[in-house]
Amino acid sequence: MHDTRRTVLKGIWSVGALATAVGAGLLSPGRAFAAWNKGAFEAKSAIDAMKALGVANAEDSKAIEIRAPEIAENGAVVPIDITSNIPGTTAIAVFIEKNPFPYTGSFDFSQGAVPYVHLRVKIGESSPVRVVVTAGGKHYMTAKEVKVTIGGCGG
Amino acid sequence: MADPMKIRATLQGDVADVRVLMAHPMETGQRKDAAGKIVPLHFIQTITAQLNGKTVFNADVSQAVSRNPVFAFKVKGAKAGDKIVITWTDNKGEKRTDETVVRAAGS
Repeated sequence: MHDTRRTVLKGIWSVGALATAVGAGLLSPGRAFAAWNKGAFEAKSAIDAMKALGVANAEDSKAIEIRAPEIAENGAVVPIDITSNIPGTTAIAVFIEKNPFPYTGSFDFSQGAVPYVHLRVKIGESSPVRVVVTAGGKHYMTAKEVKVTIGGCGG
Repeated sequence: MADPMKIRATLQGDVADVRVLMAHPMETGQRKDAAGKIVPLHFIQTITAQLNGKTVFNADVSQAVSRNPVFAFKVKGAKAGDKIVITWTDNKGEKRTDETVVRAAGS
């Protein structure tokens, strides 16, 4: 009997914690990343940006392909192609770890969109490009190093 | 008003390959002009794309996207003649919407 009561109390506590987490933006229901996330975009490290987006617990995956030049001569325009082979992918987020603001963007796919995106970015100095994929409410990541000979920021 | 986007949507099987070029300076807020003054942040923040009125692709991006941004994405289940509408919004609240129709490959 005591056990039952304890379970109920525990249950109430975790519902409350979950609601708080949702309210604080740690977990975003439905769409992977809700409105333009100022906190994440202004974060100065990839890990802080990932925390702000609630994807810091991403696990490594080999099912994400990043196509980017190994050496980019011009850091102002670095083409990147990203494909997720993880079933149920709904979002792809990109972080350029050594940029002043690493979080570069999130791309959401719905209604038949294929989990693929091509974009062109500025990379200030040689940096890992980290990609986080959201699929079925879970997060997966991989990274690729891009060497830059002429930086794309400032100047 | 910003210049129009150039959008191309080509069918490959039943997948529309959509490529879009936007005219935008994408200022990082770190660049200095000839007079040594910092050029203020001015960049596209959100992009949405619809196929026949249904949102298929949504992007939130930062100033790290290159000047005159290019994006490509793919939508399964598209047919020739389907309408693609793309809208961007920047950090100053400026907006631009353009559209195109999906074309069969080679047409």
